[in-house]
Amino acid sequence: MKEIKTHVKPSLPFKSSMKKDYKILVPDMLPIHFSILTEVMASYGYDIELLKNVGPSVQEEGLKYVHNDTCYPALCTIGQMIDALNSGKYDLDHTAVMITQTGGGCRASNYIHLLRKAMRKAGYPNVPVISLNISGLEKGSSFKLTLPMLIKMLCALCYGDLITLLRNQTEPYEVEKGASQTVVERWTKNIAEQLKKGKGWTTKAFDKNMRGIAADFAAIERNIVPKVKVGVVGEIYVKYSALANNGLEEFLRSQDCEVNVPGVMSFICFKIDNRIEDIKLYGGNPIKDKVCKLLLKLVTNIETVMQNVLSEYKQYEKPATYAELKEMVKGVIGYGAKMGEGWLLTAEMVELIKTGYGNIVCAQPFGCLPNHIVGKGMIRKLRTLYPKANIVPIDYDPGATRVNQENRIKLMLAVAAERIGEGSHAHQPEETESVRTPETV
Amino acid sequence: MLNIGLDIGSTTIKSAVLDENGKLLYNSYERHFSEVQSKAVALLERIKEKFSLKDTDEVKICISGSAGMGFAEDIGFPFVQEVYATRTAVLKHNPDTDAVIELGGEDAKILFLTGEESGEKELEVRMNGSCAGGTGAFIDQMATLLGITPDEMDIQAKSYEKIYVIASRCGVFAKSDIQPLLNQGARIPDISASIFYAVVNQTVAGLAQGRVIKGNVLYLGGPLTFHSQLREAFDGTLKIKGLCPENSLCYVAMGAALAPQDRVFAIGEALEAVRGRKASGAYKSTSPLFESEEEYKEFTERHNLDKVERGELSEAKDGVYLGIDAGSTTLKCAFIDKNGRLLHSVYMPNSGNPVPLVLDFLKDFYEKNPGIKILGSASTGYGEEIIKNAFGLDTGIVETVAHFYAARHFKPEVDFILDIGGQDIKCFKIANGAIDNIFLNEACSSGCGSFLQTFAGALKYNIADFAKLGLFAKSPVELGSRCTVFMNSSVKQAQKDGATIDNISAGLSMSVVKNALYKVIRATTKDASVSLGKHIVVQGGTFFNDAVLRAFEKEIGMNVVRPDIAGLMGAYGAALYAMEKAPEKSTVLDSDALNEFVHEVKAITCKGCTNHCKLTVNTFGGKDGAKRRYIAGNRCDTPVSGKKSEDEEINLYEYKLSLLNSLESKSGKMGKIGIPLGLNMYELLPFWHTVLTEIGFEVVVSPASNRKLYLDGQQTIPSDTVCFPAKLVHGHVEALLSQGIDTVFYPCLSYNIDEGLGDNHYNCPVVAYYPEVINANVRNLKGKTFICDYLGIHRPKDFYKKFTSVMNKYFDGAFTESQMKKAVDKGYNAYAKYLNDVREKGKEYIAKARRTGKQIIILAGRPYHVDPEINHGIDKLICGLGAAVITEDSVSHEMEPFKVGVLNQWTYHSRLYAAAKYIADKSDMNLVQLVSFGCGLDAVTTDETRSILEDENKIYTQIKIDEITNLGAVKIRLRSLFSAI
Repeated sequence: MKEIKTHVKPSLPFKSSMKKDYKILVPDMLPIHFSILTEVMASYGYDIELLKNVGPSVQEEGLKYVHNDTCYPALCTIGQMIDALNSGKYDLDHTAVMITQTGGGCRASNYIHLLRKAMRKAGYPNVPVISLNISGLEKGSSFKLTLPMLIKMLCALCYGDLITLLRNQTEPYEVEKGASQTVVERWTKNIAEQLKKGKGWTTKAFDKNMRGIAADFAAIERNIVPKVKVGVVGEIYVKYSALANNGLEEFLRSQDCEVNVPGVMSFICFKIDNRIEDIKLYGGNPIKDKVCKLLLKLVTNIETVMQNVLSEYKQYEKPATYAELKEMVKGVIGYGAKMGEGWLLTAEMVELIKTGYGNIVCAQPFGCLPNHIVGKGMIRKLRTLYPKANIVPIDYDPGATRVNQENRIKLMLAVAAERIGEGSHAHQPEETESVRTPETV
Repeated sequence: MLNIGLDIGSTTIKSAVLDENGKLLYNSYERHFSEVQSKAVALLERIKEKFSLKDTDEVKICISGSAGMGFAEDIGFPFVQEVYATRTAVLKHNPDTDAVIELGGEDAKILFLTGEESGEKELEVRMNGSCAGGTGAFIDQMATLLGITPDEMDIQAKSYEKIYVIASRCGVFAKSDIQPLLNQGARIPDISASIFYAVVNQTVAGLAQGRVIKGNVLYLGGPLTFHSQLREAFDGTLKIKGLCPENSLCYVAMGAALAPQDRVFAIGEALEAVRGRKASGAYKSTSPLFESEEEYKEFTERHNLDKVERGELSEAKDGVYLGIDAGSTTLKCAFIDKNGRLLHSVYMPNSGNPVPLVLDFLKDFYEKNPGIKILGSASTGYGEEIIKNAFGLDTGIVETVAHFYAARHFKPEVDFILDIGGQDIKCFKIANGAIDNIFLNEACSSGCGSFLQTFAGALKYNIADFAKLGLFAKSPVELGSRCTVFMNSSVKQAQKDGATIDNISAGLSMSVVKNALYKVIRATTKDASVSLGKHIVVQGGTFFNDAVLRAFEKEIGMNVVRPDIAGLMGAYGAALYAMEKAPEKSTVLDSDALNEFVHEVKAITCKGCTNHCKLTVNTFGGKDGAKRRYIAGNRCDTPVSGKKSEDEEINLYEYKLSLLNSLESKSGKMGKIGIPLGLNMYELLPFWHTVLTEIGFEVVVSPASNRKLYLDGQQTIPSDTVCFPAKLVHGHVEALLSQGIDTVFYPCLSYNIDEGLGDNHYNCPVVAYYPEVINANVRNLKGKTFICDYLGIHRPKDFYKKFTSVMNKYFDGAFTESQMKKAVDKGYNAYAKYLNDVREKGKEYIAKARRTGKQIIILAGRPYHVDPEINHGIDKLICGLGAAVITEDSVSHEMEPFKVGVLNQWTYHSRLYAAAKYIADKSDMNLVQLVSFGCGLDAVTTDETRSILEDENKIYTQIKIDEITNLGAVKIRLRSLFSAI
């Protein structure tokens, strides 16, 4: 055994002293959610800027500094950050970048390392890279999540989920064009301001705001005409980010569809629950088990508020709770499949099919590893269980062209349009019980 | 009222005119050469005239097709998706159809019209993903490669004798399979038929996704209409008799015409709308190559200075040296004198078979220069071996070294060479007068030079004119830097957005450059003199193209040298090498021998071992009756030398395989249980085999992988972009089931055993969860017991507890925890013994190699890379080149954990990093990394392994492998490595 030197050059850590005069750049993924989230961070003294730069130079920079076979989300986000730093808009001595790190067996856990490598190659070795994670993956960074901060962030995401859901179910049918968008903007701003001031996250305030949002949407007059209802699932970044999915939601709306993009809260639950499932499947530390269960409870409590609010408005399709989602996918795929979006992606497809959104775009980066399993790998089984499921998998990649993607989506829509007369009952499952369960529960 | 349907596809425009009852009155089919608008106008004019319509006469019009989508949008015409249109037409004309296979210019589609189980009317449709590449365009490309028309290819295919295996996933792969076949002298009829079978496999593997194609099948679209042998290939593979109906080209157009709609056009108005179509014009563009004529003048003057010294052949009384570069698409020959002056050269397309061309070239030389002697001769390139054998050349040289010889002669201080040829990108750094680091393109991004050519051809230009078009284009299209197939669709998109041909031409030149820089070399261009070199020489035929040269200089922000013999450098370098190695008397055939020259080609299957390589045997006859043979397609020396040469082989891959094969099963009271030998089972087999045997099962391991086993399982692969090792698992499971096995054991494993080398010990998502895919897609598992539970073998202490309850669930509580603990402990021991055996043997082999002075190569990959069907015998190839092969897991345990620049959380990868570090101070060891195409994790590991090695001044070599691998390219890479060590 010999003494081993490392070839790895150290990166500049984010020190607490940097907080006061550093601007932190964050790639955007969900405009509504993230603009609220930013203000939570602002209330803790962080100066966050959401990156909105798009255009060919973003992907170009990504291709230059990230291995081309790396998944598209890494390419987009890293390209976006480097493109921003190149723009000359930022004082490079007082700018940091932040990226989320989920942990787990997917290569996405490596984004931050790829980002660091790219930053060095691109000539920004002194721009600190901050990891946003709940797994304690990065030691030595001064960016710490506290419990109240975490709760506020969860509230922010839940606000985002509710606003998005109501917007998606209102806008296509609104009588007065633009009415939904007005409510979206008003409430996003309102919530952001509350959170910036450190308000809007106590049980009471949260509940009140959520009700307020729902009431305002419900007040918008809708004219319910039959429309093709499309669900979007996929790798989380490509699913949500218009930059990555070539404006998928916008395209679907332009084709006169109602779009349902399941929210982000269940993903958070999923990531926490994975630890509990691991212990259940393989055994493990009971204390860790307990902590995770508490954490999961915390998140589902927030989710419950949304459920309660929506229960009062029967005109809206209420999303399944996390627990319901988990139940739905039982017998289709095992709970041990946790990398990437894991079984949750399959569960979301089941939910969409069951609630009348059986026309599904499954969006993934080209060559996405977990998606081989939980996305494309499950479509056949879903079609056996639900013969009317109309799922089109679409790969996203800097070289994949919009015309090819849209052509395939249009095919799915043509089939959907034909079925529109058959009503949503066509999507009811033919059976659920006779499925063989492969996993121990 | 007439109903007009227009189907505007990627390469053709089709029309159908129906009367009110849906009766077909008129139809047409023609190529549009990307001039969509003018063709559409002409077509409508023709219809108008044919039916004597006045401007005010009303018609219904509907557009369909991939290129029609944007078109219809721009002019606000009704549009119907083409697959949907197909179905409309099929339901009307062939209502009892069960499935439709439709191949178009670039799309492949399958429609299932009846339910799989129910048999009732239903609709399930499949289109190829963006990776699966073109089909019609693919056949065209392949025909071009063979130097015949697609129709001739169909005729040729009728007289085939054997089918070669050609990659079926993507056109680019197939191309790199066909090229070596051509170079080895395989028969055109055989290759033609093999190409059709490749298309069939591509369609079945990529689109069927688990559904069997059966019943009444309809064949539609251009390729299936024009090529009877393609239909035959489908019939044969699917065991059906499909029907190619009348008007099979116009089903989409008919379907469009049948689409119900309210909108009515006056034909005159419709024509005006089509004429007045303005494309959105919003394609992504970059700055022009040249802003002005002056700039171009300065550029050409500068490059005109880089000229090689020349001389006259007639003056070379002392004799000459010959270099022949038989490249993938072109043949280059050069004669030089003893001062290195270029005397005579040719550069021509090799038309698939270089032998007759070289024959003519040499005959011509002897005829015109009777007094001049050839003192030395050498060949290089893909056809190095065959040319050397055919004409008795003195020596051969790996092409990378040939290029270096040429560039060095040209510019002694050269430190970086980039060569873009017809099919290869080669690029190497030079340090201390030797090749230091080599980058070759992977199969997936190849075809760069020939891509430009094919594209020019498709648009009816010759390559030189096509390239010139781009020089002054005002806003070149931004086309990305990916492989051919993606470029094709990017071009399609740009055309839709109104890009003109000059802008497309410039964009293509730029994308070739970007592909080389960012994908192959993986360089940053922030400071090219550091990341590439200070004295850059570019060469290869592609750089004759001023647009490509300019694009390169612009991209790296530096001027480079392009010798005026940029396309000849391989041959020139070979000639220089021939001079250096010239024997006392050259063995090259003289003019008498050439007149008697006979060349015969025979295709046979080698029976030397279980690999059953398809061999091409070339026999060259001469007047003295002496025959020279050249055999190609072999993976080992057995067919050449007639005996196995294993006595000298030091190959740990073989050893690992033999360990797995030596596991013995015995019958037990629990009956038989099957284990598919795929992915992680290649490592965990000793563990599971022992555990299951101990608890009373007779373990049946699936047979060794082969092509047939793969094909038997390919129909159930749901994702065509997953790695080949995963795809193979389908075949292994089917193989077990076909042996009558009722219980298959293939558990999900999120975690691997922790070896303490990394931050965590995950499996990759595919390895971890592939059992789920098998469970969800392999229909033959219905009614069988498939054990794919999530198991935690990373917890040796208490694994037995969970495992007991899992197994008891399937076997009615047959097992007790104490019994299981005993079995599991034995399993862990067996696994430890296996690892230990590998390590001990590794040690022994290293010592043995050192005793015999052999270079040692760590052929680093994953456990499943020992499968010969996956590694394609690359281990043997390395041994054949005189080195010893050991594995990464035989040395990784020697290392302490160390910090790497990435998250080191996968067990297999930790070994890779450790092995790379291990060889740092060992001068007789080098590492070659095997990477399966589509392995997303290796996008992370390859860069990291490279930086670990380069930090220690070691050369990093990566070999990408897939379903099929072009061993010719692998050989070049390995020989280059050995020449650089």
